[in-house]
Amino acid sequence: MAEVLVLVDHLEGKPKKVTYELLTKARELGTPSAVFLGSPGQSAAALEGLAKYGAEKVYVAESEEIAGFLTAPKAEILAGLIDDKNPVAVLFPSSVEGKEVAARVAVKTGSGLLPDAVDVDADGTATQSVFGGAVEVRSRITTGTNLVTIRPNSTPPVEQAGAAQVEQLPVQLTEGAKAARIVDSVVESAGGRPDLGDASVVVSGGRGVGAAEGFGLIEALADSLGAAVGASRAATDAGWYPHQHQVGQTGRTVSPQLYIAVGISGAIQHRAGMQTSKTIVAINKDPEAPIFELADFGLVGDLFTVVPALTQEIQQRKG
Amino acid sequence: MNIVVLVKQVPDTWAERRLQESDKTLDRASVDVVMNEIDEYAVEEALRLKEAAGDGSEATVLTMGPSRAVETIRKALSMGADKAVHLTDEALHGSCALQTSYALAAVLKTLDYDLVVCGSESTDARLSVMAPLLAERLGIPQLSGARKVTVDGPTVRIERQNEVGYDVVEATMPAVLSVVEKINEPRYPSFKGIMAAKKKPLTTLGIADAGIGADQVGLASATSAVESFTNRPPRTAGQVVKDEGDGGFRVAEFLASQKFL
Ligand SMILES: Cc1cc2nc3c(=O)[nH]c(=O)nc-3n(C[C@H](O)[C@H](O)[C@H](O)COP(=O)(O)OP(=O)(O)OC[C@H]3O[C@@H](n4cnc5c(N)ncnc54)[C@H](O)[C@@H]3O)c2cc1C
Ligand SMILES: Nc1ncnc2c1ncn2[C@@H]1O[C@H](COP(=O)(O)O)[C@@H](O)[C@H]1O
Repeated sequence: MAEVLVLVDHLEGKPKKVTYELLTKARELGTPSAVFLGSPGQSAAALEGLAKYGAEKVYVAESEEIAGFLTAPKAEILAGLIDDKNPVAVLFPSSVEGKEVAARVAVKTGSGLLPDAVDVDADGTATQSVFGGAVEVRSRITTGTNLVTIRPNSTPPVEQAGAAQVEQLPVQLTEGAKAARIVDSVVESAGGRPDLGDASVVVSGGRGVGAAEGFGLIEALADSLGAAVGASRAATDAGWYPHQHQVGQTGRTVSPQLYIAVGISGAIQHRAGMQTSKTIVAINKDPEAPIFELADFGLVGDLFTVVPALTQEIQQRKG
Repeated sequence: MNIVVLVKQVPDTWAERRLQESDKTLDRASVDVVMNEIDEYAVEEALRLKEAAGDGSEATVLTMGPSRAVETIRKALSMGADKAVHLTDEALHGSCALQTSYALAAVLKTLDYDLVVCGSESTDARLSVMAPLLAERLGIPQLSGARKVTVDGPTVRIERQNEVGYDVVEATMPAVLSVVEKINEPRYPSFKGIMAAKKKPLTTLGIADAGIGADQVGLASATSAVESFTNRPPRTAGQVVKDEGDGGFRVAEFLASQKFL
């Protein structure tokens, strides 16, 4: 069967859930091979997981230069691999970086690009959800290799053993690939909770939360559900919660099983990032808030009484 | 310093956006159009960089789009950009992101620039790929997703937000810069600015003027094709209940009914 490449999305070597989703999807298109690009030694942490989700091969390129420069080194290595292996498709995570790498690979290989797909069929037709979920488009690439970026949470990951045979790739980058140097990396986000993109439950707070301290209520509710914490732009701009947690048009796009919006009005730019969540719950004191138009369950009430009661109720039920 | 700022005219995000049955492209005729929101931040940043660089610096607006996109150009000029280039041609209709980047790169190659500034994402296409596409095509560094920019001689340094914090990324000009909306607060055009905009130079180019082959752009040769589309019924509101002192319990009951508990 034809080979399908999957770009591994990882944190310090450990694959993110979306990688397993992509490998699961890749099995419907052909034989999945994972492509691991990272710093020296990082792939060791990835191999077990990649094998568990069906990677037959793992192409590994490790170098300080891959992590040290923005996107271009990854694109150069991938484009070389595509020339060499002629895969039927390459699947990328639809993260900021995944899309940027895919874009550069498209130019380098003269291929079409289908960003932000929610599904891809065996014949390469991709489904994209556009205009805030109002229109579903099915598209195909007409030139070159199928390059598709797929949104996290689009397919449930399913285990299937693969050989995960490692093939080392040489790293010989052109000078052009080393143009945008990463000189520092700063971690701002409070760790410990699931990543927004990966989480199956997201609890978000907005201006209604009132202050940074108010986010304690949101975090407690999130923890009772094992959820990630999100925020509206009003809340991140006010400095109540780190910007990395902003959900919406200019923040993260999330598509969890359950999205709980607390004290968020539901502006169009916020909706753009959460509208495709499977189930939406809204807690807001204003019965006219637009968020109720898309909520599966809406509660009109004061979050400062409702949220603590809800958290307690959940903790009790979960024992 | 010479800065080219890319702006795009898009349907108002609040409007109901549709694809046309005929050729499955966005129906741009029947909706209200505005400057892509984030591009206002791109223009603002271009103006601030120009002002900081001082005398002799220029900001040029570049857009590719139908004739009415000139409204968007006017807005950027009235904010303070010095001149504009409008690439417009029937043959460009239906171009995919790759073709758009090809066409914009072709025009950019005829301009004199130290920095190309664009928005991080357009609200209609939502691709967020223009900066890397242009960087690749022009063979210059990509500085994308900037929430802060500093220029120091020939060096540009940005704070690029990522999923856990931010990276500081640095490159030598010329470079492509894309900005997120955190970066600044766009100015409103003043009355004087609006009047002045009418007299600023605007160059209108067709594809032939820019040396773009008709077979390189447009729907017929797009690198991806829409096979079909379905308009999904808008999400309908579910149950909305008022808190009667049992709000937390009611939400928990709903979560349990959906098997989340
Ligand atoms: C270019 C651009 C990009 C943007 N990108 C984003 C984005 O990515 N994400 C985003 O979220 N926004 C974005 N916005 C901003 C967006 O337009 C809204 O301003 C923002 O989403 C509002 O946040 P909010 O709902 O928290 O605040 P508000 O609209 O002020 O709503 C607060 C809500 O809380 C409710 N409330 C208040 N007190 C209580 C209480 N005690 N109990 C219960 N409810 C209460 C109120 O009834 C109200 O509905 C963007 C805007 C622009 C121009
Ligand atoms: N047709 C166009 N003309 C000029 N600039 C554009 C055009 N399309 C996209 N851009 C620029 O590229 C940015 C990102 O757009 P996109 O990659 O389409 O999400 C926008 O914010 C604009 O600055």
